[in-house]
This record gives sequence, C-alpha cells and structure tokens, in this order.
Amino acid sequence: MARSQKLAAKNMNILVFAEQIDGSFKKSTFEAVSYASQIAQAHNGNVTAVVPGNVADDKLAALATYGANKIVCVKHDNLNGFNAETYAKVICNTASAEGSSIVVISNTYSGKSLAPRVAARLKAGIASGVISFPNTNAGFVVRRNVFSGKAFADVNLTTAVKVLAITPNTFNTLENVQAVNIVNAESGLTDVDFTTKSVEINRVTGKIPLTEAEIVISGGRGLKGPENWHLVEDLANALGAATACSKPVSDMHWRPHSEHVGQTGITIKPNLYIAIGISGAIQHLAGVSSSKVIVAINKDPEAPFFKAADYGIVGDAFEIMPKIIEAAKAFKAG
Amino acid sequence: MKILVCVSNVPDTTTKVIFTENNTQFNTAGVQFIINPYDELSLTRGLELTEKLGGTVTVITVGLADTEASIRKALAIGATDAVRINATPTDAYYVAEQIAAYAKDQDFDLIFTGRESIDYNGGQVCGLLAEMLGLPSVNVITSIEIDGTTANVERDIDGGREKLTASLPLVVSAQKELTEPRIPNMRGIMAARTKPLTVVEPIAIEATSASVGFELPASKGSVKLISVEDAGTLIGILHNEAKII
Repeated sequence: MARSQKLAAKNMNILVFAEQIDGSFKKSTFEAVSYASQIAQAHNGNVTAVVPGNVADDKLAALATYGANKIVCVKHDNLNGFNAETYAKVICNTASAEGSSIVVISNTYSGKSLAPRVAARLKAGIASGVISFPNTNAGFVVRRNVFSGKAFADVNLTTAVKVLAITPNTFNTLENVQAVNIVNAESGLTDVDFTTKSVEINRVTGKIPLTEAEIVISGGRGLKGPENWHLVEDLANALGAATACSKPVSDMHWRPHSEHVGQTGITIKPNLYIAIGISGAIQHLAGVSSSKVIVAINKDPEAPFFKAADYGIVGDAFEIMPKIIEAAKAFKAG
Repeated sequence: MKILVCVSNVPDTTTKVIFTENNTQFNTAGVQFIINPYDELSLTRGLELTEKLGGTVTVITVGLADTEASIRKALAIGATDAVRINATPTDAYYVAEQIAAYAKDQDFDLIFTGRESIDYNGGQVCGLLAEMLGLPSVNVITSIEIDGTTANVERDIDGGREKLTASLPLVVSAQKELTEPRIPNMRGIMAARTKPLTVVEPIAIEATSASVGFELPASKGSVKLISVEDAGTLIGILHNEAKII
C-alpha cells in the first residue's frame, strides 16, 4: 500500500475542471488551472484540464498559458450548458483515464453542485471552500473557511484521490506557459443520461456578479429606503463595483435577496468592501470579514462594524456619500 | 408524494465561535442549537408540496440524542415523522453515506437538503447523496413545483438564474428565496410529542477526512477614521495607501 502510494505521488496527475460559459472560460477557471499548476510544480506532477462542451481552439490555448500540460475536450451537444450529473461522469471518466489523484474545481455555483458528485463517484475525500495549497508534510491538509467566515478549519483528506473545491477570488492567476497536448475524448453519454434539462437561463448583463466582484458597495437600513439606493449604485458605477445589501434590507424587499450578503446570504471576499449604513451585526460580518479592505460608514460611532473595518467615517451617509461619489468620478476620469 | 428533508443541527447565527482543546474542538458550552435555516426552508417547502399534492414529509438527521430538540421542532412545524441516525456527523461524506444507506430502499420522490449548513458551509450533502443514490440533483434552488413525475425548478447560477426541468426522484438543495419559514403553533407542538421518531444505528464506513484543527482570523488593527468633511479623501487613500483601487 505504502509503495503504491509512493509511486502514485511520483507521477502525480492533477485534473482541473475547466468551466466554460457559452464557449468562454471565466477568471475562476484560470485561477483553478493556476492553482493546479502550482501543486504540480511542487510535487513533480502534471496538469490535465478537462473541458466539457464546445470551446474554440484559440480559446483552449489560454489553459496552457496558466499551466495545463494536456487538455481533454469532451464534446456533446447537451454538454454545452452545465449539467451536474453528466459533467460529473465526464470528469470522473477523465480522472480514471488519466490516473488523476487530485481533482481541482472552482467552487462557483456550478462547481458547488459538481464537486460533491465527483467525490462520491471517485470515492474521494472532498474539501470545499478551500483557501490554501495542500500541506503534505503530514498527510494532505488544506484550509477552508467555516462558520461563514468566522473561523478557518484545517482538514486532512485521507483518501487516495482527493477533490478540492477552491474558493473563487482567492488564488491569483499565474502565467506558466506549457507545451500542450489537446485531445478529444468521447463523452460516452446518451440522451437518457440527461435527466435534468435547462429550459431558460437569465444572466444579469451589464452588472458584475456579486461573487466575482473585486469591489462591493453595500447598503443597510441606514439608507432609510430603496429610493436612496442611487447613493450605492452611483459609487458602484464609478468604481466598477457590484452592489450588495444587509439582511434587513432584503427582508424588507428594498433590494433583491440575491444581493444579501452575510451568514444566511452570500459570503463574499472582495478586495474592497464599503458598507454604508450597516451596523455590522455578527451575522453580517461573517459574510464579509474575509474582504481584504473594509470601509464602514455609519452615523453611530459605536457600530460594531468599526471594529472590523480598516477605514471608517462616522456621520450622516447622505452628507458623506455625495463627496465620495464625486471623488470617485474624478478619480476614474483622471 | 414521499418527501425526505435532511436536517442539520447548527449553532444559532449569533454564536460567538470559540475553540477549545488546543483549537481542535468547537466550544458548544452555552451555545443555542437550531435547525439549519436552509433546512427549515426545505421542510416548509416540502410541507407546502404535500399539502397540495398529498403525501408525507420525513425529516432525517445524523446526530446524537442532543439533536432531538431540533427534530421535535421539525415535527412541530409539520413533518409527518422523523429519523435520527445515532452518530456524530464527522464530515459531509459520512452524513451523506448514512442518509443514503437509509434512503436507498425507501422510494422517496423528492429529497431536500439545505444549500449548506451555516456552521461547516460545505454545501456537499446534496451532490454526494444524489450521486450515492444515482439520482439527478439541482442545487441552490429558489423555487420548485411538481408536475406529475417532473419537477420544474429554478436555481441560482453565477450571475443569474436558470429554469430547469428534472425527473423525479430528485435531490435538491434549498436557497433562501424558496419559501418563508413556518413557526410552529401550539397544536403542532402538542402533536409533535406523539409523532414517530425512529432512531437508527449508523452503518460502518471508512472516514474520508479528519479534522486537524481550527483557527480564528487575525483581528484587524484599529480602524482609521476619516472626518465627514474629508470624506472625499477616502478614494485617494484607497488608491495610494491601501492600493486597492
């Protein structure tokens, strides 16, 4: 047993799921390839990217830019849109064919539905929301966020094959150009495999998805009503940011639930989080405390947010925001 | 309609997270445990569906006897019966295997989980369970309607929403907008006392992971205050000092 593990470690093959949307890769895909590539470099391994669905050859090359040694394309008309069950089959078939010992998946919404299916099929230990590279000094230990960002947990995956679902916006994309071998593989799928069918997809266009945003501007009850949200939106537009809100705001239907960040909403970790009129209850902080820089604007100097923030302005948001918006517009223009 | 709702027993959202035993154990002293909020939405939606279509809603949890308060609450909200698998839930894989072992010959039409538990945030049980049972799955759903043997569902996707159809039996995970949670009434609370709660012993399975330890994030340095008059300088500070824009 020990011997076979040693041999496997020597030829460590890391498989990355290269998620495409309408034939293009997202930044989270390149983050995942870069992540896999860095593990491969540390362990004398190689990286295979598996691409379910149609992607043009010129776009595939980008995967090699970030360190893929081999790209396996699996084409089937029904694979162009995401489908958890069949994507899991494709990934597991590729993992078996390649002898992969680690499968890396970005923990996007698609990744979240896919990674556990892959783990169960491969009988692999799984860690999701991973925020570190594996530490192999004693086992195979990765760090992940738990308690909605209130703490970290270190988990040792004890199976031969491991599935790592890494948190988007956590690892840098890193160029590491490789000579790449692009191959096509049969999906082996038939129509009966597609038990779920997409009927309609509505993506918000012209707006940055909250989970991918590097800057997030967020409003709370202190803004007094939905009619004042231009203060949030104007600053977001000036900085190219996404907009978010606190739980009370979405509960009162001032803003859609999809904008609610916090423990029972979305957990985000942008580079910059600006909270306007949000007191900073523990449940809210849980969802945003991993942000690199936090700015709190609140009229109450005792608001808990000031204990979690890097920068703070104590005062009336209706007086403060126009000044910041003006400065942001001047900054973008200049 | 035979529905199974998987329930996790989690610390209340206001819990201050503290670890003991050299940062290897979560300190449960004084912690109030609740039904995972997403599981509560699952339960409510399950009840709404059976009220319309007929059928039963069974809740299942993997946990020791101290989880029974949450199970009784689920029964008080309206579940038909409950199953407790008498084991400490060590990780999502373990939980999914235990539930799969129970559910595999029970012919459930629909199995609900939460999109994640608010303590360990794995969001894995839906997909693991579906794969173990060989069923389709749709996660983070915001609506579900049943039409014969087909489910019409909507789910969150990156940057939007997707409408799908899926064939039953099906495993889904609940996202916030699915429904509003129900508060148990006195009649429900009384009825819950006599509803069946079956305790099942766990199957033996090999662990796939081991917890090494926990750590709390480093606390931030003290906040740097900017006056209201100088609010506009924030942008310059974020650019020059924080180098973030």
